[in-house]
Amino acid sequence: MGPEVLASILAGLPKVEDPDFLVGFDKSDDAAVYRLSADLALVHTLDFFPPMVDDPYLFGQIAAANALSDIWAMGGEPKTALNIVCFPEKMDLEILSRILQGGSEKVLEAGAVLAGGHSIEDQDVKYGLSVTGIVHPDRIYTNRGCQVGDLLILTKPLGVGIICAAGRVGEASPEAMEQAVASMAMLNKYAAEVIKKYPVHACTDVTGFGFLGHLHEMLGGERHAVIFSTEVPVIPEALAYADEFLITGAAQRNRNFLEDHVHFGPDVPFSREEVLFDPQTSGGLLVSVPRAAAQDLVAELKGAGLPAAVVGEIVDRDVKEIVVR
Amino acid sequence: MKKTIDATGLRCPLPVLEAKRALKDLEAGTLEVIVDNTIAVQNLEKMARQLGLGYEVRSYGPDRHAILIAVEGGAAPREGEAQPQRPSAGPTVVVLGSDQMGTGDSELGRVLMKSFIYALTELEELPAKVLLYNSGVKLAVEGADTLGDLRKLAERGVEILSCGTCLNFFNLTEQLGVGAVTNMYEIVQSQMAAGRIVRP
Repeated sequence: MGPEVLASILAGLPKVEDPDFLVGFDKSDDAAVYRLSADLALVHTLDFFPPMVDDPYLFGQIAAANALSDIWAMGGEPKTALNIVCFPEKMDLEILSRILQGGSEKVLEAGAVLAGGHSIEDQDVKYGLSVTGIVHPDRIYTNRGCQVGDLLILTKPLGVGIICAAGRVGEASPEAMEQAVASMAMLNKYAAEVIKKYPVHACTDVTGFGFLGHLHEMLGGERHAVIFSTEVPVIPEALAYADEFLITGAAQRNRNFLEDHVHFGPDVPFSREEVLFDPQTSGGLLVSVPRAAAQDLVAELKGAGLPAAVVGEIVDRDVKEIVVR
Repeated sequence: MKKTIDATGLRCPLPVLEAKRALKDLEAGTLEVIVDNTIAVQNLEKMARQLGLGYEVRSYGPDRHAILIAVEGGAAPREGEAQPQRPSAGPTVVVLGSDQMGTGDSELGRVLMKSFIYALTELEELPAKVLLYNSGVKLAVEGADTLGDLRKLAERGVEILSCGTCLNFFNLTEQLGVGAVTNMYEIVQSQMAAGRIVRP
C-alpha cells in the first residue's frame, strides 16, 4: 500500500504502552523490536507479495531476501523464519515447490532456521516470510538518528522496479533482468556484516516507498538531506527505460506522497527522478554514518563486492527536506 | 487528425507505452488517451511534459479521465480545435434547445424528451457531447426527471454542456446537477466541428 494510505490507517490503531516494546510501527521503522532482557531483544518482521519475476525459484529467493532484510536493517541477526503462502488450488504444485525451494535456500544462507509456515488457497500466488531475529537492545539501528554532517551510504543499485515493469511488458533486456534479479536476490546480510564494524546513526532498507520515501522516513521531520544524484548507484538500463516512459504507478504514488518534501536541482534529468522514486523489491541498506567513517565503510563494502556509494549528506537546513542535486 | 486510445483496465506502464506508440504514428493532431485512474493520468502528463507536448486533462468521474495531447509542439488543444474539420469524421453532438421534443403538446413533448435521453444512454456509440440551451438547460438541473440519465452519460464520458446565459435567465445556475457551464463561443465551435448534429 502507498505510504499515505498506510499512515492514515495505522494512526487509528491503539498505541501500546510497554517499556520493553522498543520499536513499533508508530515510528515507521522496518521491524518491531521487543526487549526480553538487558542484553537481548527480539526483532519481528513479515513481508509477502505477488511474483515480480516469472521464474518461481527466483521469486522464492527474492521474496525471502526481501523479508529477511528488515532484520539486518535493524542491526539484528535472523534466527527463525516461517513461510507465508497463498497458492491457487488448480496451479501446478511444482511451481510452489520451486518457490519454497528458493525461499528456503535464502533462509539457510541467512543463517536462520525455516521453522514452519502457513498456506492458504487464493486466486493468485503470494509468498513471503515472517522472520524473527535477535539484537542487543543497545545496538538497534533505528530509522531515526541521522546527525548533521553524516554521510548517507546505499549498498545496492536502484531501478529494479522499473526493470521489472519493463519486463512485464516485454521491454527489458535479458541482461537488465539478470542484473535486477541478482540484486534483489542478494541478501543484505553481507552489507550488514560490514556495517556492523562502523558507528551507525541510522539504518533502513530501501523497499516499496523508493529511495526518497525511505530517506524521508529516516529524516523524520527533524533533519534535511542533500542527495548527490549522479553518485547514486543505478542499474543503467533503468535510466534508459525511464526515458522510454516505462514508468510505474507505484513510483508516481511515491512521487505524489513526497513531492512537497523534495526539491530537484535543474540538472537532475527526469530519468534520475523516476529512479529515486522507484519502488524497490529487496533493495539495499541506506545507512547514515559519521563523515569520518564513510570512506572506509564504502571501501570495505566495495571490497566485499557490493556496489555501495556515498549518495548524500545530512544537513541542518535546506530549501526542502530533501534536495537532489 | 484525432486518435483515441482506450487504456482503461490497463496498469502502468501500459497506458503510457501505448500512448507513446500512438504518438509515433501521429504526425500532427490530437491524441486522446482514456484511462481509469489518476495515477495513469499523472504518468501521461509526465510523458507529455518530457516530450514538450501540450496537453489537457478532462475528468469525467473518479474512474474515467481523458488526456488530450497535442502533437507538433503546439499548445493544448482548445475545445473544438481538436476536432477534425471534415464533417463526416467529426464527433457526434446532440443539441437540446428545449426541454420538449417536437411541437404540439407540451406535456407529450416532455415525456418524449425524457424517453429520448434515456434512449441515448442505451446507445452503443455515445455522442461526444450534449449541448443544452434555452429551456433545454432545465433537463440538467436538480429535480429534473432527466438528470439521472444525463449523469449516466456523463459518467461514460459524454460532455454535458449547459448554456450559462440560459441557466442565468431561468435562475437555475445553482441547481445545475450535471456537466459544465458553457458559452456561446463553445456552443458555436462544438457545432462547427461536429461530424453529425442530432437535434430531436
